[in-house]
Amino acid sequence: MAKVSKKKASKKKTRSGGAEQSNEGHPDVIYDDEKEEDATDDDVTVEDEDGYDERKRQKLLEAIGTLSGKRKKTLGERSEAAVHMSEFTVNAEGEGDKVDLSDLIGSMKTTPGLSGKSKKRLKNLEQSRKTIECPLSKQESERIRRDLAFQKVSKEVSHWKSVIRQNERAEQLVFPLNQEHSGPKPIERVVMDWKAQTPLEQEVFTLLSANKQPINDPILTPTEEASMKAMSLEEAKVRRAELQKARALQSYYEAKARRQRKIKSKKYHKVLNKAKSKDFQKQFDEMVKRDPAAALEELNKMEMARMQERMSLKHQNSSKWARSKAIMAKYDEGARKAIQQQLEVNKDLTQKLVTSLNKEEEETMEEEGNADVVPDFVNDAEQGLDFSNPWMTGKLSQDCVEKETSNAVTIRAEENVAEEEEVEETEEEVLLREFDNRRKRRQAQEADAPVMLMEEEEEEEENKDASDKEEEELSEFTSLFKGLAEGCGEADTAAELEKELKIRCQEDEELLTQGKEAEEEEATDKGPVVPQHPPATENTQKTGKSRKRRKGIELKQVLTKGAQVLQVPFAPTIEDAEDSEEKLDQRGLIKEAFAGDDIISDFLKEKRKQEDAGKPKAVDLTLPGWGEWGGGGLQPSCRKRRKFRRKMTPPTPRKDQHLPGVIISEKRSSSIRLHQVNALPFPFESPSVFENTIRSALGRTWNTERTVKKVTKPKVVTKLGAIIEPMTREELVKDKNGASAGTSSSVKRKP
Amino acid sequence: MQPGGPGIPQCNARSPTLFTINTWLVCSLLANIFVAIIFPFCKRVPLRYQMKVKVIARNPDDYVRETKLDIQRVPRNYDPSLHPFEVSREYTRALNATKLERVFAKPFVASLDGHRDGVNCMAKHAKSLSTLLSGSCDGEVKVWNLSKHECVRTLQAHEGFVRGMVVRYCGTSFFTVGDDKTIKQWKMESPGYGEEEEPINTILGKTVYTGLDHHQNDPVFATCGQQVDIWDEQRSSPIRSFTWGVDSFSSVHFNPVETELLASCASDRSIVLYDMRESTPLKKVIMTMRSNTLSWNPMEAYYFTCANEDYNLYTYDMRYLAKPITVHMDHVSAVLDVDYAPTGKEFVSASFDKTIRIFAKDGGHSREVYHTKRMQHVICIKWSADNKYILSGSDEMNIRLWKANAAEKLGVLAPREREAANYSQKLKEKFQHHPQIRRIARHRHLPKTIYHQTKELRVMKEARRRKERNVRKHSKPGSVPVVSEKEKHVVTVVK
Repeated sequence: MAKVSKKKASKKKTRSGGAEQSNEGHPDVIYDDEKEEDATDDDVTVEDEDGYDERKRQKLLEAIGTLSGKRKKTLGERSEAAVHMSEFTVNAEGEGDKVDLSDLIGSMKTTPGLSGKSKKRLKNLEQSRKTIECPLSKQESERIRRDLAFQKVSKEVSHWKSVIRQNERAEQLVFPLNQEHSGPKPIERVVMDWKAQTPLEQEVFTLLSANKQPINDPILTPTEEASMKAMSLEEAKVRRAELQKARALQSYYEAKARRQRKIKSKKYHKVLNKAKSKDFQKQFDEMVKRDPAAALEELNKMEMARMQERMSLKHQNSSKWARSKAIMAKYDEGARKAIQQQLEVNKDLTQKLVTSLNKEEEETMEEEGNADVVPDFVNDAEQGLDFSNPWMTGKLSQDCVEKETSNAVTIRAEENVAEEEEVEETEEEVLLREFDNRRKRRQAQEADAPVMLMEEEEEEEENKDASDKEEEELSEFTSLFKGLAEGCGEADTAAELEKELKIRCQEDEELLTQGKEAEEEEATDKGPVVPQHPPATENTQKTGKSRKRRKGIELKQVLTKGAQVLQVPFAPTIEDAEDSEEKLDQRGLIKEAFAGDDIISDFLKEKRKQEDAGKPKAVDLTLPGWGEWGGGGLQPSCRKRRKFRRKMTPPTPRKDQHLPGVIISEKRSSSIRLHQVNALPFPFESPSVFENTIRSALGRTWNTERTVKKVTKPKVVTKLGAIIEPMTREELVKDKNGASAGTSSSVKRKP
Repeated sequence: MQPGGPGIPQCNARSPTLFTINTWLVCSLLANIFVAIIFPFCKRVPLRYQMKVKVIARNPDDYVRETKLDIQRVPRNYDPSLHPFEVSREYTRALNATKLERVFAKPFVASLDGHRDGVNCMAKHAKSLSTLLSGSCDGEVKVWNLSKHECVRTLQAHEGFVRGMVVRYCGTSFFTVGDDKTIKQWKMESPGYGEEEEPINTILGKTVYTGLDHHQNDPVFATCGQQVDIWDEQRSSPIRSFTWGVDSFSSVHFNPVETELLASCASDRSIVLYDMRESTPLKKVIMTMRSNTLSWNPMEAYYFTCANEDYNLYTYDMRYLAKPITVHMDHVSAVLDVDYAPTGKEFVSASFDKTIRIFAKDGGHSREVYHTKRMQHVICIKWSADNKYILSGSDEMNIRLWKANAAEKLGVLAPREREAANYSQKLKEKFQHHPQIRRIARHRHLPKTIYHQTKELRVMKEARRRKERNVRKHSKPGSVPVVSEKEKHVVTVVK
């Protein structure tokens, strides 16, 4: 292999002439091929296996030629025309010969038109004895050239650094790059495809764009457009104000209507209806005078209504409601009255008389007629009656506040709208307010009821200033009341809690079951006591204090509370016992359902067990027989045992020390360890960062849709069926523009 | 007691206590109401207890779909206390996602057979995703339609091997070089009826050409053999040739980003860089073993990866050749070909050990390995231009089409499907360091030989390391320097 390559090299050498000759002067060039160096020596060893004389002679001649140092251009055996012949088939005379300086100077003497100056210079050159420095070897000069070229290229390539880094850091890369965004394009952009190419065009272009002049005649210049926009802004403001006003008015009106509709009072509606009918009558009279045709039409309408009523027999005794009322009528005054009323309505309607048009409302009135006997507040939430019901407690204050605010809003609204609606503000409005007030007062009284028992002086005061202070006090009372309710709940468990604490404090271990029994006894003892002090009678301050006292161990209550359920009677208002029995509350139900298992005590037991297991035990290091007699049946002495008994240091406090409902196991579980990361993975710097990334959830169970979309964005997005072209230089330009200007220029630069 | 009793009918039937309680509750409630309604007059029941039943009303717009194709609206409460154990729940999801990924990992799509000798080179069409060209060891070139899995054209391009093939940037013609010392240019469309299959242009060279590549957007191409030549398409002689005292080159590749740069792999174990505009090469790096081929990163101008005979791949920054950026290990035999994904994030390598491996551009080990029983030494590999497929040509005359992501669903995804896929992908990423998940995600079935060879190599490496350590321990401090894995494989950089 080596031989062959050497031969090749030698052949090349002979062909390409004496340029290589200079190589021999530098045999120890590191970076180039050493094979060329010994090429010429090798070439002299003539191959004598050649059969043909002709070729032999040729070779010999060649060899001689090389020895003599005279260079003649020789052709190899096989050659390509393209390499050695010029493409234009021009061959200079004496191509292979070298030109000497002396030849040139010789010709100088013969040429006449040469200036004396240059002649002198040449003479000096001839006479000078100094030798010119030898030029660098080919290898070395090439090496320098390569180095320069490489530096240039690497500098050029380094421009990409920012782009590459940016892409590496990008949260999402979308391929192919330079995607034309889909969807319709504005016509201007399509037309804009034309580019300024010649310098003149470009100049014009820049001038135009600098002065904000249109480039491809749109309807308006940018400045005009801008002014248009400015004008429209003011208009828009006015318009928006109008809209706002209209919306506000509408909302006020709606609120008012809603409020009116909600009023349950019959009287109010009666008055309202009467007013309406009166109004209508007035209008109708006017209409008869002004516009007889319209009046006639109205009359017709009324007639139609009457006919319909007659046909449908709506207010007869045949409806379901009427029948049911009829059954009751025997016993119930209210029902009887209601039926009477309905029949009256029927009579009115079927008579050929113009009566009020709003039958429906009257109908509803009739339907609720029997309710007249029952006061409205039955439908209101009953305050302070049922503590176990979360919907009942704390409702009052909220309601009150709400009502307050809504009231305030409506009042304010009315004030605002007053100018426009003063005409409409009639007696109904006054009525409305009156009803509201009355209702509030009633609620307040109800709420007061239980509290009155304990604070009589306050009650007196209350009676004096009824309407003003009502609201504040109401809220106060409710908050107090809530406190009471809690206190009541706690009171029954307080005893056990103390017991529990005692048990915990004791150093010696009591049997848990015994303790439990004791607890239960205690509880049963206390149980009946509690209802004797209904919550209303207890002093509020006391309970407050007791709560404060118990704050430290409040968590534990949570546990023990469930263990025993005491029925808290709903104190004063309940009349019959049967009823209360029937109404088994939720807690009782749960108790009954889980009668069998005592989860809480089980849990406590388990926790106790774990705590014990965690405690270090004293180690007895006594060696029987050492220093005293030993043998079967002999116990080491008490003193010795005490001496060698090693107490272990107490362990660090448990994490769940203050968490009664929790067992925190600090043991390292092998089954869990299988799933745990045991070394900090590569890109993370600190464990806390890693833990944070793990802790933050990604799924839509924990995050909103938008967040999920953002968080789960894939790193690389490709378009289906699109060829992704390699990056082009335009990216670089873009990047540069983005970095320098911060804004993308509309005119595309050529790379 | 089952807390969810009322919701589950079977439960109701089986647990009589619960049932009775419920019915009893309802009955009592009804009875109360009934009593209040029927006997309002009765003195026994005070009037205060009359009840008005308020019905909770909902606006149907909040829960009724407009059409049945809509998704059911699920009002959600994001209160974290309502959704506890998020980490463990997501961990379970991640585990399931990982397992499912492994279940669905079926990368093999199709095999294209038709060549009568080993496939030696392939070329992607520049403009059409569904077209592939392949040249075999008997000089035959085939044009394939990938979507139909069929050969659309066959031509006898050369005598002997087709050494290299490249499609012109416009996609209208392609070049081939072969063992018969010719460069031929062919039209992309097949000849009409009655016409003969003839090249547009043929260039007779002096020596065998072993590789070929085309400029990204100029009518210039480069060949390699005894030297690296740059050709103008219009001329029959090279416009430039680069030699740097070596005998032969195995491949040459244009940089797709900085389009004037080239790199070639020489048989003297070196990689040489060129600039088309300069008259001399730029630089060369000599490694311990020969590089077979290289591939430039199409998105990052100065990175390229070479496939080496020493079973590894090396990613270099062309500005700093003294040390590769990354050494990609995992193959157990010489790496024969490498190709970058068009996104520049990953590359695929083909090896003599009959496997294909996919590496992240900065990953030391492969993320994926593909193999089949019948696939022999993989000679050439390509990553499709839409980043979805991998094409491999192997010794046993077949071209195989693989998915780039083994578990990816092909085709258009519904938006919800895509979201679900994205979510599970993120979960997998999030929990990738957890041992159980990593174990499943990394598990690959390998052919027995490769498995054992990997083990063997590991043992050898460990032994060498141990030896070196011992030598260092027993010699003068500092006399045996620590050489990193990256530095080990570079002999020298020649300026």
